[in-house]
Amino acid sequence: MTRWISLGAGFVFVFVLLVAFFAPREATEPDPLKALHLKPRNVQWQHDGPLGFGVLGTFDRAQLQRGYQVYTEACSACHGLRYVAFRNLEALGFSEPEVRAIARQRQIADLDPNTGEEITRPGLPSDHFPSPYPNETAARAANNNAYPPDLSLIVSARAGGQKYIYSLLTGYQPAPPGFQVTPGLHYNPYFHSVQIAMPPPLMPGRVEYADGTEATVEQMAADVTAFLRWAAEPELEARRRMGLATIGFLIILSVLAYATYRRVWAGVPH
Amino acid sequence: MSFPWAQQYEPKTEFTRWLDSRLPLPRFVWNAVGPGYPVPRNINYFYNFGVLAGVALMVQIITGIILAMHYSAHVDTAFDSIQHIMRNVNEGWLFRFLHMNGASFFFIVVYIHIFRGLYYGSYKAPREVVWMLGVVILLLMMATAFMGYVLPWGQMSFWGAQVITSLFSAIPLVGESIRMWLVGGFAPDNATITRFFSLHYLLPFVILGVVILKVWALHIPGSTNPTGIEVQGPQDTLPFHPYFTAKDFFSLTIYLIFFAAVSFFLPNALGHPDNYIPANPLSTPAHIVPEWYLLPFYAILRAFTADFIISAKLWGVIAMFASIILLFFLPWLDSSRVKSASYRPIYRWFFWLLVIDVFILGWVGAMPAEEPWVRIGQAATAYYFAHFLIILPIVSMIETPRRQPNSIAEAVLGPEAVRARPASRPAEGGFGGAMPQPAE
Repeated sequence: MTRWISLGAGFVFVFVLLVAFFAPREATEPDPLKALHLKPRNVQWQHDGPLGFGVLGTFDRAQLQRGYQVYTEACSACHGLRYVAFRNLEALGFSEPEVRAIARQRQIADLDPNTGEEITRPGLPSDHFPSPYPNETAARAANNNAYPPDLSLIVSARAGGQKYIYSLLTGYQPAPPGFQVTPGLHYNPYFHSVQIAMPPPLMPGRVEYADGTEATVEQMAADVTAFLRWAAEPELEARRRMGLATIGFLIILSVLAYATYRRVWAGVPH
Repeated sequence: MSFPWAQQYEPKTEFTRWLDSRLPLPRFVWNAVGPGYPVPRNINYFYNFGVLAGVALMVQIITGIILAMHYSAHVDTAFDSIQHIMRNVNEGWLFRFLHMNGASFFFIVVYIHIFRGLYYGSYKAPREVVWMLGVVILLLMMATAFMGYVLPWGQMSFWGAQVITSLFSAIPLVGESIRMWLVGGFAPDNATITRFFSLHYLLPFVILGVVILKVWALHIPGSTNPTGIEVQGPQDTLPFHPYFTAKDFFSLTIYLIFFAAVSFFLPNALGHPDNYIPANPLSTPAHIVPEWYLLPFYAILRAFTADFIISAKLWGVIAMFASIILLFFLPWLDSSRVKSASYRPIYRWFFWLLVIDVFILGWVGAMPAEEPWVRIGQAATAYYFAHFLIILPIVSMIETPRRQPNSIAEAVLGPEAVRARPASRPAEGGFGGAMPQPAE
């Protein structure tokens, strides 16, 4: 009885699937954007470690500071960094007084403790980076209806991660002949729709590096991408250190466990 | 309940004697996972995955309890509270990454455990209830994992919840009402996140309860083994402790190395980047995909594209649930009395085809609904159902199994050794002093 029910159910499922399998498909136009869309370029950072496996790599502190400078001068007018607090910048190698000075340069919305009125005051190290727009509607109104995303998690939130961000920042180029760029958008083959609302944010000499590094577009893109990787994964170095210690401990433990296992089972056929 | 030759617990100190006559907890543990539980001596490393699944469940419960202390179940704050855990809570990133990847590793371990059961016929009499309780655990795990994935309230959380709950709207007449009752509104919102959090905290303890029932049911007949022959006497078994505690501990250290490698060095590799974007009901992601461990079932859901009597959507929903529910009936679909696929020349080929088929389904589930993947998914789904509902019942009728050894001891030691050796060799631990008795 079970067998007949099961054969019946089996043939019904298979039949319905065969009907779907042999049903004619609507002809689909090949998406012209797919041919233009490019995969992120292969780039390496110091924090990717030897061979790019990311096991031993640590951030280049000078690069993070340069990247922070690029973010402040080229990105922060439109993009927030809401999950990062000024105090977190000490991880970039800034001293406590430097962090206090950086925070003081930004105006933070607050309430007057005496009158309760809305005011702005200079930032404190405990404040988070202020977002450039009060809300999404205001951001869209100011940017031709495009919404500049917050950058705190941008490296984690995009397929391809830091390679994608770097490729996007360096990927602005003239559109191929015959491709009509929508007014207000910019051709960039690394963006999923190959047209992006963000105008090219970097051009040679856009920032002036204090350490004398030449501010090429590639250099600034690599630096700000490293900074954004840190902003998305501030625990990265601690995580890798703890990971190495944990796996080292577990390897020793597994060798001891194997020796114990062999000893317990010695002479026991199995 | 155990074999008659199982070692007996004898309290050694005055305190344990006192306790044993009032609350025999040490006796219970001793008989459950101690020297009082005889296990077939020839089980291989694939039999360690049950213990590993138990460890994975405990890792999820412990890390989850810690995360719940810092998590905020509200649409306005859930996403921020995850970043609070990642950035401000001491070692919060560690607990979150262990919990995230722990779910994936729980499923890896459980899937290997299930395929081991399929290969060695662990679902057959007298272990049908053990198997069915396992299927209950699998269903509870899927529900728990799905609701857990919704809690960070990222884009995939929201849209995954939207897609999965809308499956229920395919039920005729009452479907839409059921969907709204589950979600607590017209679309996933605050009512959804709070109930999912409540149930996500509850269900692991329900799983733990079913695990206890399962281990209890397992201890009646004991484990299967790679020969598929039942235990016949003390020469076939070894006590769980120290033999299998030592073996399980070694396999646990290896498991933890893999778990640590992914959690520390590739913590986001098994997730989807879109879940780092806060949920936005107005913006649909290009491809909505579930977590990897649900992809084969997602492929089955999407394989039904033709309306046939009922709508294609309802076919997909029925098939997706049927693909798991049919496992409950497996002990009766496979009527072969030979358990181990090692002695089943035809079934063994179909078993490996099923393994490949499930991998194909998982791969198709991750792909967009375009050709050629839709057709590949339809063929793979057809094989999945054909395997369990058509091939298995027929193969188990017509197959001529290979000759099995007479006993586990003969398979391990060879026929001469069983005849030559006396049954009692205390020096070798497992041969024990007990007279050979047939298992009950």
